[in-house]
Amino acid sequence: MITAGIDAGSKNTKAVILKDDKFLSAALVLSGFDQEKSAEEALNSALQKSKTNRKDIKHITVTGAGMEAISFANDTITTITANGRGAHFIFPSARTVIDIGAEEGRVLRIDGQGKVKDFGINEKCAAGAGAFIEAMSRALEVDINTMGELSLKSKRKIPMNAQCTIFAESEVVSLIHQKTSKEDIIKAVHDAIADRNTSMVRQIGIEKDVALIGGVAKNIGFVDSMNNNLGFDLLVPKDPISPEYVTALGAALVARDKVGG
Amino acid sequence: MSNTESNKEYWRWTESRYTNPDMNWEDGEIVSAGVDVGSVSTQTVVMVDGKIYCYSSMRTGSNSPDSANNAMDWALEGTDLTIDKIQFVVGTGYGRVNVPFAGRAITEIACHGRGANFIYGPEIRTVLDMGGQDCKAIRVDNRGKVTAFLMNDKCAAGTGRGMEVFADLLQVHINDVGEMSLKVEEEPEPVSSTCVVFAKSEAVGLLRKGWGKEKVLAAYCSAMAHRVVTLLMRLGIEEKFAITGGIAKNIGVVKRIEDELKIKAPKPNIDPQLAGAIGAALFGKALVEKQRKKS
Repeated sequence: MITAGIDAGSKNTKAVILKDDKFLSAALVLSGFDQEKSAEEALNSALQKSKTNRKDIKHITVTGAGMEAISFANDTITTITANGRGAHFIFPSARTVIDIGAEEGRVLRIDGQGKVKDFGINEKCAAGAGAFIEAMSRALEVDINTMGELSLKSKRKIPMNAQCTIFAESEVVSLIHQKTSKEDIIKAVHDAIADRNTSMVRQIGIEKDVALIGGVAKNIGFVDSMNNNLGFDLLVPKDPISPEYVTALGAALVARDKVGG
Repeated sequence: MSNTESNKEYWRWTESRYTNPDMNWEDGEIVSAGVDVGSVSTQTVVMVDGKIYCYSSMRTGSNSPDSANNAMDWALEGTDLTIDKIQFVVGTGYGRVNVPFAGRAITEIACHGRGANFIYGPEIRTVLDMGGQDCKAIRVDNRGKVTAFLMNDKCAAGTGRGMEVFADLLQVHINDVGEMSLKVEEEPEPVSSTCVVFAKSEAVGLLRKGWGKEKVLAAYCSAMAHRVVTLLMRLGIEEKFAITGGIAKNIGVVKRIEDELKIKAPKPNIDPQLAGAIGAALFGKALVEKQRKKS
């Protein structure tokens, strides 16, 4: 039985196709203005990858900030539920899940079945979210995908004073003027956003194992800063299910529950 | 006044300098100066016996000592006054410890309180200083002495930097933002995001929905006004109330603050962005007087 999950995020829309309990394929497109259209594109692209027919999909569940816009879905679930479900599927031992997306950071505690017990969200401020790293990559004129690797080359710890993304942009510019190396600045950026997220995690409480999901989890420099802060290693999903697909995967699992099997 | 301007960078507010044509510094007894090195702008005010002789207001570079030097040089440009003739220089603002020729550094809160007292008169009890990267609500006594204050320096919402971001986004020159935001027939709902990064995305959405620039600016100005009013409310407002800092020149924000508070803020006769440097120069004068009494 084929089911699909779609995560309509503030920046990217992700689709995951499942066959029973087996992951078949996933795809990602920019959310853009028309989220229904983006969801359609993401779904079709995922279907193509696993050569699956649209008509074979028994149930589509959507989640994410833009879920209300997607009229072709069968139902919706909250992002928190999808986070927990997806993370539990990949890491059954996880009891705490950190999800860092483009505009939101979330922490949830889950039980042995992936059900959410408690959670916290930062949605008011870009300082702990992917948007922060993105703004800094623009200020530094460095491709965002290379930031993780570059920061691991840094041997120096320099503090970032600014918490606010807008102020941090100016701070990064003055660090460039002071001839601070890009590697050191990028490490400072990762440390800063890791500090913000670590305090959010501590507020909710840490129970091991701890999984890190969401697009920002692909940044190995950020993961390194988080690991240093926490004093242990986070579980980060690897291919074929990259961290940004975990929430869509959770939605697909809920879809499968809905139609039995 | 001389101006420098760039066409493409909408956030670039106009730099300025001025010399009082009716004054001769040599006629005065005390020549003092204040240098306010802010995170976004730097001002130098030179006073002769507590009256403004000349000033400059320019953007802060990435290096504080240079900014202080540049602003001092520009303030003195075209005058026959030289820095060695200034008896006391006080540094203030975010970069106050980096003013190489200052005899003393004083916090910008004290200086803004004192400066507001000079610009708006001794009846002022509450000052809202809206600077480049922070916003302060300050209560002062009749001499401009600070009795209480609250500040937000953690977040760009409610600061000049936030407004610069919007000017750039909408491609409206920052000097025109206030005026333009008042050209709406009906006041729109304020932008709902606090974070400037998110407010930007929200504004892009509003533009796509077909909103005009005026309406988006109105929504942002009123969001900013609301944000700083909450800071004022927490401190408690005692009249009279005045606004200093760069945003005091944005009538779109000022009017909306006035409307929300139902209190009018007086119109300044002196550039309110100079308040910190004026306060510093006045402290400089007081320090010279104190030295003279001792000797």
